[in-house]
Amino acid sequence: MASLRGPVPDSTGSKPPHGVLEISWWRRVADHLATGFAVVTVVLVLAPLVAIFGYLVYKGIGSINLAFLTQIPKPPGELGGGMANAIAGSVLILAIASLLGVPVGIGAGIYLAEYGRNRFGDSIRFVSDVLNGVPSIVIGIVAYTIVVLRQKHFSALAGGVALAIMMVPTITRTTEEMLLLVPNVLREAAYGLGVPRWRTTLSIVLRTATSGIITGVMLAFARVAGETAPLLFTAFGNQYWNWRVDQPTAALPLQIFTYAISPYDDWHRQAWAGALVLIVLIVTAVAAVRFAVRRGTLGGVA
Amino acid sequence: MANQALPRPRLTGPQPIVGREVRNRLNPLVKSSDGVVADRVFGWAILACALVVLGILALIVWQLVARSQLSWQAFGWKFFGGQDWDPVNDHYGALPFVYGTLVSSLLSLVIAVPLAVGVAVFTTEMCPKWLRGPLSFTTELLAAIPSVIYGLWAIFVLVPILRNFVQPFLATTLGWTGLFEGPPFGIGMLAAGVILAIMIIPIISSIAREVLSVVPQHQREAALALGATRWEMIRLAVLRNARAGIVGGIILGLGRALGETMAVTMVIGNRPEIAKSLFAPGYTMASVLANEFSEAAGDLYLSALIEIGLALFLVTIIVNALARFLVWSVTRGQPARTRA
Repeated sequence: MASLRGPVPDSTGSKPPHGVLEISWWRRVADHLATGFAVVTVVLVLAPLVAIFGYLVYKGIGSINLAFLTQIPKPPGELGGGMANAIAGSVLILAIASLLGVPVGIGAGIYLAEYGRNRFGDSIRFVSDVLNGVPSIVIGIVAYTIVVLRQKHFSALAGGVALAIMMVPTITRTTEEMLLLVPNVLREAAYGLGVPRWRTTLSIVLRTATSGIITGVMLAFARVAGETAPLLFTAFGNQYWNWRVDQPTAALPLQIFTYAISPYDDWHRQAWAGALVLIVLIVTAVAAVRFAVRRGTLGGVA
Repeated sequence: MANQALPRPRLTGPQPIVGREVRNRLNPLVKSSDGVVADRVFGWAILACALVVLGILALIVWQLVARSQLSWQAFGWKFFGGQDWDPVNDHYGALPFVYGTLVSSLLSLVIAVPLAVGVAVFTTEMCPKWLRGPLSFTTELLAAIPSVIYGLWAIFVLVPILRNFVQPFLATTLGWTGLFEGPPFGIGMLAAGVILAIMIIPIISSIAREVLSVVPQHQREAALALGATRWEMIRLAVLRNARAGIVGGIILGLGRALGETMAVTMVIGNRPEIAKSLFAPGYTMASVLANEFSEAAGDLYLSALIEIGLALFLVTIIVNALARFLVWSVTRGQPARTRA
């Protein structure tokens, strides 16, 4: 009963005070049933989470070894080999995606927060919400038609473009939200000192909101880091090392997918190892930035 | 004049800045070169970024429409009514994929909605305060797992469980409905529905939680004061007020389920057939793209696949717009959550 947020029915708990009609038994039962149902749903929802993480760690830890992290894949059916080229490929593709997507996303966010309090701003807000909901595989198709068809072959660039398109709407909306949290007093103070508008936006407003914006960028990054669907026919995958932007490139999620649906036990083992590496990369990237931002090492003022 | 006779007023407030040191500190911000031109350039650059967002959507629509023309001219509306998917003879009908997408998504909603709403009600109305933070954090964590990892887990853990325990049980108890018959492969429509449900629960429950928490506190107080039990209070005062927003969250989850690719592709069985039984393998619009797009040799084949992509795009846009409108109508005025 103490868990109720509002006032509790009365101070003696579930017993009604004197002179008030008793709560009938079926209303009591319904109340208890509802509570029980809610508790059961929580357990049912948490169960798969625990199962996924537990199984991932259990299978993954046993499967990671030095070869996995340093070697490229062996031919089908042969034991051993690793996903080093896929990890490197993911880094390459994500770097391209961030280079393309982050500046545009932040810029659009600044526009919405500082200049976009009008109908045009609303339409951009709506469009970025819509983009957020577009299935990733559809974005893959578009990256295919605008990059792959033009280049005539799959490439890391195409994968990067697809992921960049997915990053932009998330970053735009978080940046806007964060900039709107910056008190207007700061802007007015800057104008009062004769600081021009662009300088105010970049050096005062953006700087104040740095930590929030970085968190938003990391969220977008974590979201696209595990994306597989848009890479299937853009980056395509590669059995060998590749550092060239215009060549097919392996990526960690792609490799996990290929290995998971393969018939080889050793590849299944490596899929689990890859999944663990992927989730660890995502979680540490996000956690590290959050930590750095909180400690102020990245210059966030907030 | 009398005024001139007065002594000079003493300044007591903030002093004007004259010192060299202070001016130096301001220097990086105020320079004589700053001015209208720089402001205008910055404004245009920022506007360009915003226009890129519009441009991306326009590009998506234009590419999808232009590249699917070939298929549209060949089949017209019959494309979505045809059951044959035959790349060898260049004849395409997308009905099995549309069917698979709809059935797997609806199945996932049937499983996910009661659970997600239950969790949201528990976190906002019943949960002890110390548990509230960790609980919402853990449900958010479910949303951060990449879909390929869900698929991996589903192949090696969920599918065996379904095959060995759940499907035999369903077949004996509910087999008469015709929905649960045939050999229990594990892989199939049911597995796809379950894994989708696990993936959309965090979306629905986080929106529902947000919506429930904006229901005014005095609504709850009023219901309790009238003698309602806690459940009656939740049902009459909380859920009823938040109805539209919860429906919005559900539709948002539907949007995610419709477009979800990897996990579904890994467990649905990938066979373009329409079967009544949920045990049978199926195929969705997103998974056919994932499986066949990079191997599509002919122009018409590619065009047919892109037309499926266009249909998927249009459906998810409509669904998402509807959802946002409903959520907006409840949490109006508050900024949209980015994770939504």
